[in-house]
Amino acid sequence: MNAPLTSPLTSSLEGPGFPSRRRFLVGGLAAGATTVLAACSVTGVAAPKGSSGKGTGVVNVLFMQQAGYSTKDIDAMTAGFVKQNPDIKIVPAFVAYEALHDKTVTAAAAGTYDVVLIDVIWPAEFGSKSIVADVTSRYPASWQQSMLGGALLTAEYDHKFYGVPWGMDTKFFYYNEALLTKAHVDPASLETWTGVLDAARALKRTGTVQYPLAWSWSQAEAIMCDYTQLVGAFGGSFLDASGKLAINQGGAVEALDWMRKTIVDGLSNPASTTFLEQDVEKTMNNGQAAMGLNWTYYLGSSNTPANSKVVGQIHVAQTPAGPTGKRPGVNGAMALSVSAGSKNQDAAWKYIEWLTAEAQVDPFAMDTLPVWRSSFSTPSVTANAPATFAAAAKQLDDMIVRPQVVNYNAISKIIQVELQNALLGRKTSQKALDDAVASAAPLMAS
Amino acid sequence: MTLVQQDRTGRTQDAPARPGRLRRPASQGRLAALLLLPAAVVVFGIILYPIARTILISFFDVNSAVATTTPFAGVRNYTEIFTSADFWASMGRTVYFTVASTTLELALGLGLALLMDQKLRMRWLFRAIVVLPWALPTVVNGAMWRGVLNAQYGSLNALLTQLHLITAYHSWLGTPTSALNMLVLADVWKTTPLVAFFLLTGLQSIPREIYESARVDGAGSLRAFWSITAPLLIPSVSVVLVLRTIDAFKVFDLVYVLTGGGPANGTQTIAYYTYVQAFSDQRFGFGSALANVIVVCILLLCAVYLRALRRNEMSLM
Repeated sequence: MNAPLTSPLTSSLEGPGFPSRRRFLVGGLAAGATTVLAACSVTGVAAPKGSSGKGTGVVNVLFMQQAGYSTKDIDAMTAGFVKQNPDIKIVPAFVAYEALHDKTVTAAAAGTYDVVLIDVIWPAEFGSKSIVADVTSRYPASWQQSMLGGALLTAEYDHKFYGVPWGMDTKFFYYNEALLTKAHVDPASLETWTGVLDAARALKRTGTVQYPLAWSWSQAEAIMCDYTQLVGAFGGSFLDASGKLAINQGGAVEALDWMRKTIVDGLSNPASTTFLEQDVEKTMNNGQAAMGLNWTYYLGSSNTPANSKVVGQIHVAQTPAGPTGKRPGVNGAMALSVSAGSKNQDAAWKYIEWLTAEAQVDPFAMDTLPVWRSSFSTPSVTANAPATFAAAAKQLDDMIVRPQVVNYNAISKIIQVELQNALLGRKTSQKALDDAVASAAPLMAS
Repeated sequence: MTLVQQDRTGRTQDAPARPGRLRRPASQGRLAALLLLPAAVVVFGIILYPIARTILISFFDVNSAVATTTPFAGVRNYTEIFTSADFWASMGRTVYFTVASTTLELALGLGLALLMDQKLRMRWLFRAIVVLPWALPTVVNGAMWRGVLNAQYGSLNALLTQLHLITAYHSWLGTPTSALNMLVLADVWKTTPLVAFFLLTGLQSIPREIYESARVDGAGSLRAFWSITAPLLIPSVSVVLVLRTIDAFKVFDLVYVLTGGGPANGTQTIAYYTYVQAFSDQRFGFGSALANVIVVCILLLCAVYLRALRRNEMSLM
């Protein structure tokens, strides 16, 4: 028996009262195509659609959950704001630093967040691409004097401000005094990177620790921060006088050679090429490394018994000097920005003003250094973290910034890969950095 | 035209269509259209419209998520893809990952399926345990393996050291080759149960009488496997092969969580490369072109598979 090929329903779908499947599909496609072509641009965006709003309502905020202010710190700051502004509701969201950039980008078109936390390396990209709003007109003139110079750079691009600095950070040098004592190393010798290597050799020779140094050299922005600090110490620079990438010359190459040599000599943990800052934190907190670079928050972490076996043993110091005698700290400050697409920019600004105010940030100086000059001379503030403030007083005077260019993110990824190629011994330092400069050249130009 | 109707006793009978008393096909059509409308809106809204938009964007230079100026680029994004060393390197890694993970999952999945098909005590418990890795979300699986493989405090190093299989901790994610193989391992661990259950259903559909006849004819277990199980399992293997190849080719979340594409781009697969170009570097035109290339690659893979499998009479395809 031959069954009919079409079911009764299918037959009826092709009846006189209903278009055929083909017509249905073609009609749908045509409707879709019309919608596409009728859109304002290929992205569907006509112009930045942000607005001031009424200064009340919901403010969605994107924060980072890593170094810097903790979720607990932010909750405490926000509680005070909500109490004073009951007509504004704050809805925070937290992501890892590694996801912060991409989350901000993907949410921009929808205008999901009113306030976003940005890194010092993003104002050029986010400002020029209309992802965050220009807030220069909202800046009180006094801030130019009352904020640290290095902090102001955090949100500035092309003579405009795209946010308010919130947390002045740099990578300090941390060492485990108990392990150094065991290896008969004087902490005073850690003023230079040469002294650090001598100390590392002593720690290894005495069997105190297998790999004395731990670094965050994973393929991420973390490796750029460590490298930047070493480039500064070795007298190199990212850009030449004409603004072109110049990391394949002088101190920048020497710094990478030095990094590779510490791995070859067994002084740096070879797994550093898979580490982020939190891995360095855990390694040092377990007593498996004696020295390392990390952000301000680390001292507090090392002294927290719940996640540290080395409570009271870790000390903070200014980053060591290189052969040139220079010892700049990488500028790792962050800023709070108003999204260009926010429809509640007045309320967003009000929240930013609150969070960045001296009264809010000073109590949390242990996790992140304040951006206000006066905080550094207020005893009640410096008493929160006297050792960190002592190191910061020297290090914040001399900061090195990563290139503040529109395509920094793409350029950084190219450099990260080439740094790892050199660290893994797949290329010489010179070859790796030559390749990085060649690959990044078109991006520097655009 | 006849309609099949039920009488009051519930029996069916053929009856001539009587316009006026029965619903006409046209009104049925309108009802069907109404019922299909939500699905059609969803399909057009979240599948066809984004595809059309992606194809459109791939012909433009779009360098921001909120770009208003988008110069026409013609086919430049596509020519750049095929001349990009990064693209071919990513494609090479993707092919390696796909072949290695699919092969291992098929081999291990078949072994597990044969085991689960045996009359074991507490078989239900065994099957429940086997399915656990598949029940984990991929992101959780990636995070778990990142912890397991950590060079400093990972449990794999601890286990192998205590078993005296290695003398010093190894950085499993420390070199490009090792990291790529660890990605394969994490994928195999999670997906082998799925393959095993697919193959188990295939095994259970093979009539037991065939095995009994073969046994009567003197066939041993090995002969029965090669002459009965393997050929009759081909339809299930075909389905698994197609599904897993497509899935492995698109691998993204595991890479994102476990390695972030490193070290030295050694685990950057084609889907991850596309993500980086589009969202990290904000090259949405180039990223869209890459996404289209991936779709075409998968369609080609499917076409090749289906063509090959149709030739096989045992295949269900």
